[in-house]
Amino acid sequence: MNVHDKYKPLSWWDKTYIPLVIDGLAVTLRHFFRNIRLHILNVIGIKTKERGAVTYQYPEEMRPLWPRTRTLHRLMRREDGSPRCVACMMCETACPARCIYIVAEERPEVQIEKQPKIFNIDLGKCVFCGYCVEACPEDAIRMDTGIIDIASYTRNGMLLTKEQLLNIEPKVENYVSRPDLMEGQPIY
Amino acid sequence: MPTITIDGKQLTVDEGKTVIQAAEEAGIYIPRYCYHPGLRIVGQCRICLVEIEKMPKLQVACYTRVQDGMVVHVNSEKAKRARQQVLEFLLVNHPIDCPVCDQAGECYLQEYYMQFGLYDPKMVEDKNKKHKAVPVGPHVVLDSERCILCTRCVRFCDEISKTSELGVFHRGDHAELLPYPGRTLDNPYSANVVDICPVGALTERDFRFKVRVWYLDETKSVCPGCATGCNIEIHTSKARPYKNEGRRIARLKPRYNPDVNDYWICDYGRYGFLFVDDDSRIEQPLVKQNGEFQELSWDDALQMVSGVINTALENGKAVRILGSAQMTNEDLYALKRFGNEVLETHDIPVTVKPLEKPYSDDFLIREDKNPNTRGAALLGFDTEPAATEKLLTACRNGEVYTLIIFHHDLFKGFAEDEVKAALDKVDSVIFVGSNLNPTAELASYVLPSCTWAEKDGTFTNYAGRVQKINEAIEPLEGSLPEWKILRRLARQFDHTFAYFEAEDVFRDIVKKVPAFTGMSYRALGDRGMLVSENGRSVQQAEVKEELTVVSK
Ligand code: SF4
Ligand code: SF4
Ligand code: SF4
Ligand code: SF4
Ligand code: FES
Repeated sequence: MNVHDKYKPLSWWDKTYIPLVIDGLAVTLRHFFRNIRLHILNVIGIKTKERGAVTYQYPEEMRPLWPRTRTLHRLMRREDGSPRCVACMMCETACPARCIYIVAEERPEVQIEKQPKIFNIDLGKCVFCGYCVEACPEDAIRMDTGIIDIASYTRNGMLLTKEQLLNIEPKVENYVSRPDLMEGQPIY
Repeated sequence: MPTITIDGKQLTVDEGKTVIQAAEEAGIYIPRYCYHPGLRIVGQCRICLVEIEKMPKLQVACYTRVQDGMVVHVNSEKAKRARQQVLEFLLVNHPIDCPVCDQAGECYLQEYYMQFGLYDPKMVEDKNKKHKAVPVGPHVVLDSERCILCTRCVRFCDEISKTSELGVFHRGDHAELLPYPGRTLDNPYSANVVDICPVGALTERDFRFKVRVWYLDETKSVCPGCATGCNIEIHTSKARPYKNEGRRIARLKPRYNPDVNDYWICDYGRYGFLFVDDDSRIEQPLVKQNGEFQELSWDDALQMVSGVINTALENGKAVRILGSAQMTNEDLYALKRFGNEVLETHDIPVTVKPLEKPYSDDFLIREDKNPNTRGAALLGFDTEPAATEKLLTACRNGEVYTLIIFHHDLFKGFAEDEVKAALDKVDSVIFVGSNLNPTAELASYVLPSCTWAEKDGTFTNYAGRVQKINEAIEPLEGSLPEWKILRRLARQFDHTFAYFEAEDVFRDIVKKVPAFTGMSYRALGDRGMLVSENGRSVQQAEVKEELTVVSK
């Protein structure tokens, strides 16, 4: 049996494509009126649980970040405020983009011994793979700040230093805190 | 000679060998910590346990002599399990601070743990705390928590350096490796303990925290520090240049050569590479104008220098050369040709006797601090220091119009006014070298050459062993190997030296100089060849590559 047999030949009316165009327009219009209705109702505060179009009005409106989303890096601190990183260079070794630059130095406390003197990440090169986080034996580097608006007018502006990385204020509110409440919501 | 069977392989070995050595001959690697082929055997760490038929218990392979008919099982379940347990014991008090440990990556605890570690440790007690980051000597840091008490370092200090600074103190799990009270690990060979320590208990102060070992590239070379010519590996950090304070060479490590240095090198040689990335390196040809050095291009520099030499030659005035035994055979041969063919001078001195007698001993360190004095002598240079004195006297008497100095700092060998008086009388001094020194400051022209780590070539050590050096890092921009400088300079006088690489020069040497007969870069191999006294050079048996860890 020829596989093409199961397709019915198009009639001349079908071949004009007019019925398909009408079908398509109907779908578009249905969404249009549904969204207009819901957006207006949302603005005046009715039916806020149900939302209109999937479009997020970024940057006015943040898209909710799923808890596993990798966002801007930060370096963690110990209880005494010193960097948790021991400059073992595992992240630097694992990084496929070779965008981490570490230079180590002696640390005063003899039990820890080592700390980074320079710790730069060139975000212009970073591919946000998260291998650095995976490789770290000290949980010293994390990608959980919730910051995704990383841009700069210069290449140098994309290079974050140790001090900057240690002092990043995480925006946890950008993350979805209760994934279960997002049930039924579109997360793209 | 006893015949034994190891893991099903039958072989006949020399009387008096131990099982670990016999297994090595059979190509079977037995794990080891305390056993080191260069040191006395003590059988202390027990990681080398193997099963031997008809013996009631497992035996240490490093200490048990082979006997005829012995049947050894290295990889039987019982032996493997025993080694796993021994490793677990060695780790009982080990801090496992690999992230901050410089040994990580070349550590035999890591190596064996990956192979046969007990991944489910049974140890729940707290670990003993010991001393960390103790600078036990000028070159070595001790972390006694990481020490597994194999006593390799203790035996090194007792047997090789014969200084006995280190010992094991206290008992049981409080046993700790430390220097004897009031002693520091300060001897001319001290940093070798870092190489033989199988774990990260002894690490280098100079290398500490600079580069992770897995970033390093290795190039086989020969130490230029003295006439012994110890075999070394140059470890370079090329891929991540922001590390190591911008130094391209990270460290030097000894390379095994039983004919020269065995497993060891001295500390002078080990830290003698710092000049390579020093601020005093010359990066462009220099010419002195109004007492100040001006940079200029190679073409201009060669034109100026050849102009100076030409003027002298045309007016029948003397142009003399002071060569250097720091140069390779290839450089010296090109220099010889340049002297003979272009300048028509035949006696070229190469040695300057230092004012202070340098340190030497009867093990590796020799008084002659040049790696290639023997090679210079074989190539027809005058290696007597008296020849240099004569040259300086000639300069002082105004008999020399142009003097070309290679590398030497004359102030290290002669009194200050003596040098100044001599160089003042010379119309133009041309200095060829890698680093600026007080003598170079007095020159009118300076041509930058590259260092031994930046070129291919050969050195002939005091015993007449010709050994190969290899380019570990690219020449500093603007610097050239001496033979290339001489080739280009000869070109200015319409002499063609048809050399394109160092090997071409060496081929020419082999053809023209009888002592080098039968050699080639390939034949030199890793161990070098002895020059021949009677036209036949001595071929060495190929050294067996040291067995690498075989995973099982
Ligand atoms: S996320 Fe990936 S590319 Fe970016 S720094 Fe980490 S390892 Fe490198
Ligand atoms: S892996 Fe972690 S501890 Fe190691 S250098 Fe990177 S951030 Fe620091
Ligand atoms: S000695 Fe080896 S196992 Fe111990 S901390 Fe250093 S690298 Fe790790
Ligand atoms: S310091 Fe190293 S070489 Fe010395 S006993 Fe300890 S582990 Fe062995
Ligand atoms: S290597 Fe045999 S006991 Fe240590």
